[in-house]
Amino acid sequence: MKQMSRVVRTITSLTFGYIVIFGFYVIIYGHVTPGGGFQGGVVVASGFALLLVVYGHKKAEEYLNTNLLSFAESTGLIIFIVLAFLGLGFSFFYNFLTNSGGLFGHMPVSGVNPGDVYTGGLIPLMELAVGLEVLSAMGVIVLILSGGATRIKKKKENL
Amino acid sequence: MKKTIFGIALVFFVAFMILIAVQMRPFGQPTMSHMDDYFIQNTQAETGVNNVVTGILFDYRGFDTLGEATVLFTAVIGVTVLFREALK
Repeated sequence: MKQMSRVVRTITSLTFGYIVIFGFYVIIYGHVTPGGGFQGGVVVASGFALLLVVYGHKKAEEYLNTNLLSFAESTGLIIFIVLAFLGLGFSFFYNFLTNSGGLFGHMPVSGVNPGDVYTGGLIPLMELAVGLEVLSAMGVIVLILSGGATRIKKKKENL
Repeated sequence: MKKTIFGIALVFFVAFMILIAVQMRPFGQPTMSHMDDYFIQNTQAETGVNNVVTGILFDYRGFDTLGEATVLFTAVIGVTVLFREALK
């Protein structure tokens, strides 16, 4: 895949960081504002896709490591399952941290309010794990598809 | 013959649709709302999150989210296997 024009490349390098930061904001504040792990992960992955479309596969692969993303994807899923198993003393997916006063255990104010990030117990942690999994899974899918298309095209030209 | 059957079927279908549309309940008034009321009133106190949707997705229906994450994992495995030969 060829690179796009200089204007598009400059705008992308300006906005890419903001896209990633917004995605992580959506992931971390998922339990207080509309959003969550899936949505934020997809926003970050859309940043990866933008990088891939604008810079081409060869240049984008210098910044995005497929093996690292694949590892992060498996890690996210494993963290999610482990967090689910932690509440097994009561039941699977039991949220034992909520309202406990410790990590992420603040009591929420009832009624309509802006919200506190340190509430929800296991839910923000699960959200982080799912966000990590979704962003790296989408990144891996986009990277592998574009890489495969590039290689197949090259092989056909050589024949 | 075929056209007649289709015409009769279409008449019945449209009549059925109009009947349903006339009998439909007004928007925002479901037949049963016990479960919705329970979630709306108790999610904040029980799970400690302000976002009710997240409370349901990650606490009451955690299995659903686990399945979704597994679907994504399987999609990645499928894509990797499909392009394994091309990426050698």
